[in-house]
Amino acid sequence: MATLDAKIPEGPLKDKWTNYLNSMKLVSPANKKKLDVIVVGTGIAGSPAAATLAQLGYNVKVFCYQDSPRRAHSVAAQGGINASKNYRNDGDGVYRHFYDMIKGGDYRARESNVYRAAEVSNGIIDQLTAQGVPFAREYGGQITTRSFGGVQVSRTFYAQGQTGQQVLLGSYSALRRMIAKGKVQMYERRQMLELVIKDGHARGIIARNLLTGELERHTAHAVVLATGGYGTIYYLSTLGVTSSGSAAMIAYRNGAFFGNPSFIQIHPTCIPQLSDFQSKLTLMSESLRNDGRIWVPKEQGDKRNPNDIPEEERDYYLERRYPAFGNLVPRDVASRAAKERCDAGYGVGKTGQAVYLDFKHAIKEQGAKAIGSKYGNLFELYEKITGESPYETPMRIYPAGHYTMGGLWVDYELMTTIPGLFAIGEANFSDHGANRLGASSLMQGAGDGYFILPNTIGNYLSDKIKTSRLSTEEPEFEEAEKRVREKLEKLININGSQTAASFHKRLGKIMWDHCGMLRSEEGLKQARTEVRELKQEFWNDLQVPGTLSELNQELEKAVRVADFLDMSQLLIEDALNRHESCGGHFRQEYQTEAGEALRDDENYMYVAAWEYQGEDQMPRLHKEQLTFEFVEVKERTYK
Amino acid sequence: MKVKLKIWRQPNARSKGKFVDYDLDDISPEMSFLEMLDALNTRLIQQGDDPVAYEHDCREGICGSCGLFINGRPHGPEREVATCQLHMRSFRDGDTIVVEPWRAKAFPVIKDLVVDRSAFEKIMDAGGFVSVDTGSAPEANTTPVKKQNAERAFDAGVCIGCGACVAACKNSSASLFVAAKISQLALLPQGKAEAQRRALNMVARMEELGFGSCTSTEACEVECPKSISLDHIARMNREYLRASFSEEKD
Amino acid sequence: MSHFLTSPVGKKFIMSITGIFLMLFLIVHLTVNSLLMVGPDAFNSAAHFMTTNSFIMVLEPLLALGFIIHIIYSAYLTMQNQRLRPVHYKKVDRWGSSTWPSRNMFILGGLVLIFLVIHLSNFFWKVKFGDLDTVMVQGTQMHDLYGLVSALFINWWWYDLIYILGALFLALHLSHGFWAAFQSLGWDNDLWRVRLKRIAYVFAVIMGVGFSSIPVYFLITSG
Repeated sequence: MATLDAKIPEGPLKDKWTNYLNSMKLVSPANKKKLDVIVVGTGIAGSPAAATLAQLGYNVKVFCYQDSPRRAHSVAAQGGINASKNYRNDGDGVYRHFYDMIKGGDYRARESNVYRAAEVSNGIIDQLTAQGVPFAREYGGQITTRSFGGVQVSRTFYAQGQTGQQVLLGSYSALRRMIAKGKVQMYERRQMLELVIKDGHARGIIARNLLTGELERHTAHAVVLATGGYGTIYYLSTLGVTSSGSAAMIAYRNGAFFGNPSFIQIHPTCIPQLSDFQSKLTLMSESLRNDGRIWVPKEQGDKRNPNDIPEEERDYYLERRYPAFGNLVPRDVASRAAKERCDAGYGVGKTGQAVYLDFKHAIKEQGAKAIGSKYGNLFELYEKITGESPYETPMRIYPAGHYTMGGLWVDYELMTTIPGLFAIGEANFSDHGANRLGASSLMQGAGDGYFILPNTIGNYLSDKIKTSRLSTEEPEFEEAEKRVREKLEKLININGSQTAASFHKRLGKIMWDHCGMLRSEEGLKQARTEVRELKQEFWNDLQVPGTLSELNQELEKAVRVADFLDMSQLLIEDALNRHESCGGHFRQEYQTEAGEALRDDENYMYVAAWEYQGEDQMPRLHKEQLTFEFVEVKERTYK
Repeated sequence: MKVKLKIWRQPNARSKGKFVDYDLDDISPEMSFLEMLDALNTRLIQQGDDPVAYEHDCREGICGSCGLFINGRPHGPEREVATCQLHMRSFRDGDTIVVEPWRAKAFPVIKDLVVDRSAFEKIMDAGGFVSVDTGSAPEANTTPVKKQNAERAFDAGVCIGCGACVAACKNSSASLFVAAKISQLALLPQGKAEAQRRALNMVARMEELGFGSCTSTEACEVECPKSISLDHIARMNREYLRASFSEEKD
Repeated sequence: MSHFLTSPVGKKFIMSITGIFLMLFLIVHLTVNSLLMVGPDAFNSAAHFMTTNSFIMVLEPLLALGFIIHIIYSAYLTMQNQRLRPVHYKKVDRWGSSTWPSRNMFILGGLVLIFLVIHLSNFFWKVKFGDLDTVMVQGTQMHDLYGLVSALFINWWWYDLIYILGALFLALHLSHGFWAAFQSLGWDNDLWRVRLKRIAYVFAVIMGVGFSSIPVYFLITSG
C-alpha cells in the first residue's frame, strides 16, 4: 500500500526549493535521449511541461483529445496571471504572495508548495514575454499590472480579458516549436483511457484514437497528467463542455490517491441558465463587482421589469449583510448569499435562479463612457449571449462551478502515490487549499509546467536510465487494453433509451444541489443515494449510437459521464467526512452565528487523500497533516 | 419557434455526403445554435439515428473548436461571434437554415460537419513561435515594448484558429491566420530576430498545404469572430517582401 | 528568387507592380485623350508626340509586357485558387462581407481585355499599320488621329456604348485594384486602408467618367 510522504525538503521555507534543486539527482544529456515521457493534456501546465522536457532532451509524447493543443480550456481564463515581481513598488514579494495564497486557501494548503509557486512565478512572466505574449504595457514600454481579489497589492499581469488565451498560445507555440524539431511526438484527437502499470510504476497509457476508434498502446518511463479540473461534474459550469475528470479517475482507480476531491470553487458572477437546453455557463469577470451593485426584489416572485422596481423595493442584500465589504465580499460569500436569496424565492429571471448586477448608479455617477471603457468588452459578451444590454437593463448573474482545488494527491515533486505518475496544474490537488485566489491558476499551471516538473521528474528518472523501453506486447499493456475494450463494449451495448447528456444533466443537478455551494449531512446522504440510483440507471438505460470504430462523440460523452458518476461518489464521501467549513467547502452545520465558515483546525487541518478500494466500495482515507511553521493560522473574517 | 435545417451529412472522409432535411418545432430563441443542434441530436439518438457530428468545446467563443458554415456565412449571420455564440434569436420562425462544414481543399471533411484543420498546425510548425528555451529568457522589463505595438500584437494574437477566414475566402486562403501570427511576433522586439525567416517559411508552408493567395476582398476580416484586421496581411506582405529582397536567407 | 515569383505573396507582388504601372499609363492616356475635347490640333500634336518621342517608344513594349504579365498572372492565380475548393458550398452569402468587384476582378479584367482588343483594332492597329490621313499642325506633318476618333464616335453609336461600358468595367476593376495593389505591396495599414480606398474610388470615378466623357462629348457635339 502506498503511504503518504510529501517529501518536503528540509530547511527554511525560502531555501527549500533551492536546496531541492541543489541536491536532486540529474540525468545526463546522453541518457535523457533514452527516456520517454508521456504528457497527457496540453493546457497551461501540459504544453510548457512537454516543450521544456523536450528542450532538456527527453523523448516526449503528448496527447490531447481536441484537434489542436491550442484548444485546451486554459484558453478561456480571463483575468490574469500573478507574479511576485513587485513592479509597482507596493510591498509585494515572494513571502507576501505566499502568505496571501495560504490565507486565501483558508489554511488548507501545503506551505512548501505554495511558497515555491510564488517563488517561480516571476520566471513565468519572463518566459512568456520572451515567447511573444503581448502583456498590457505602459506608455514607457514597461509591463503593467492590476489588482485582483483577496490581496492588497497589484500583482496581476494581463492581456485585456484574454490572458489565458495569450498565455496558452505562448506555451502552445513553444510546444509547436519542439514538435517541428521532431523532439515531441504530438497525438491529437486521442483520449487517454487507461494507465499501464508495471511493478508498481507508471509505464504507459492506452489511448483511443477518436477518429478511428483504434486503441493505441504507448510506452514511457514516466507519465504526466496535465488534464485539468473536473468542474463539469455539475454539467453546467464555466468549463469547456468536454472537460472531464476521466484521467484523474483512471489514475485514482489505479491506486493514485485523490486529494480533497470536494474542494471546488464556485464563481459568483456568471451568466445564469436561460433554458433547460443550456449546455454552458459563461463567466463574467469578478472585476464587475467594483462598480455593479447586486440586488433582488424585496418581494418574492416579483416579475416586474427591473427598471420598474423602485429603489425602496430593492434588497441590496450584500450591502445589507456585509456593510464593510458590500458588493466586494470574497467569492465564496457572494456565491452563497446569492444562492440563499434564490432558494428563499427572491430570485429573478425566467428560472428564478439569478440576481441582478446593476450598473445604473455607476453609470449615473461616472457616465456610460467611463463604465464602457472599464467593462465594455464584458458588456458586449453579455449582450451577445443574452440579447440584453447591461447599459440599459441590469445584468442577471448566478454562481457557477469554476475551478477544482482538489485533484490527484502529489508530493513536493508533483508525483502521485503511483511512482512515475505525475500530476500538474489543476489536475493535482494543488497549492490552493480550500479556495483559490484569482489569477493564480494560470500561474500554478505554468509554474508546474515550465519550472517545477521538468526538474523533479529528472530526480525520478535518474535511476531509470538502465530501464529499457517496456514493450507494448507485455501483458500489462494487454490487460489494460482489455479493460478499456470491455468498458467501451459495455457502454455501447447497453442499448437503453437515454442519452449520456441527459444523465450528466441529472447528475449535475444532484451534485449542484447537495455538493455545491452549500452542503449538509442530510443533503449529502440524499445525494449519495441518488447518485447510486442514477449510476444503476445509467448502466441499464444508456443509449450510445454508432460503433466503437469511428468518430463517435456520444461514446466519448458516455465515458466522461461514467467517470463523473464514480467521481461524484468520491466527492460526496469527502464532503461528508469533512465536518467543518473552509473556503469553497461550506457545511450548513458548521457556520458562525453570522453565517460565516467555521473551520475546525484541531480535527481537520489535513489533506484528505482517498485511496480507491474497488467499485462502489467506501474509499480509504489517508491524512496528510498540514503544519504551519511559517505563518500564523488565523480566522478568516470578512467584516 | 420552428426551423427547417438542411445539414451536410457525411459518414466519413471516404464516403460521399449529402444534405439531409430536419424539422425542429420547439426551439427557444434563447438557445444557442449549438444547443439547437444538441436538441436535434437528442431526438436523433432517441430515434436510433446517428447524431450530427460537429466540434465544440468552450462554448464561449475562445477555443476555436466550433466552425459551421451557416446560411452561406462562416459562423452564421452575426458579426464577431463564433458559432457557439450565435443564438436562435438571430433567425426567424419558419426559417430554413443551411448548415455546411468549412469547404477547402486544405480542410478535408472528417465526418458530417467536422473538418481536419491540422494544416494550421503545420503552418505554425514552420515558424509560428519565438525560438526561446525555458530558462533562457531575460527579465521581462529589460526590453521595453511600445504600448501601441503591444496592443497591435494583441489584436493579432487573439486569433482562435477556427478557420473562418479560410472558409470565407473565395480563394481558400489562410492569409489572415498566417498573417496574424507573423504580424504579432514581428511587432514585438522578442519576435523580431527571426521575423524574416518566419515570414518566408510560414508563407511557403501555407502554399504547400493548399491554401490560396489573398485577393484582398476583406471577407476574412468581416467573418473573423475576433475581427482581425487585414492590416496584418499587409504587414505579413511587408515582412515577406523585405525578407525576399534582403541578403539574409536560411 | 524563383520561389518568390511563385509564392502567394510574390504572385500578388507581380500583379501589384504591373497594375500600378498600368494605372500610371491610364493617367497619361486619359490626359492625352482629354485633349480631344480641346480641339483637333491639340490632340493631334499630343498624339504625334506620343508616337514619335523616343522615350515613349521605349516604354511601349514595356507597357505591352506589363499588360501581358498582368493578364497571364491573373489567369494563373485564378486557376490555382479555384482548384483549392473542390467541393463548393450549397449556399454562399458574400454580400455582407465583400464587394462585388473585389470578388470578380478576373471577370472584370476579362471584360476590360475584350474591350482592349476592340480598342486596339480601332486605333492602335490603324495608327501602326493603317493608311491614315495626315494633317499639318504648326508646320509639322502628322496623322489625323482626331479625325479617326471623331469619325468612329460620331458615325457608329454602338462604339460609344462599347467605350462607355469599357470605361465602366475599368472603373470597377480599379475601384478594388487600386488599393489592393498597395495592400499586396504591404503599404497598407488601418489608417491608410481607409485613405487608399477613398483615393481608389476617386481614381476609379475619374478614370470611368474621364474615358466615357469622350464618346459622350462626341455624341453631344455632333448633335
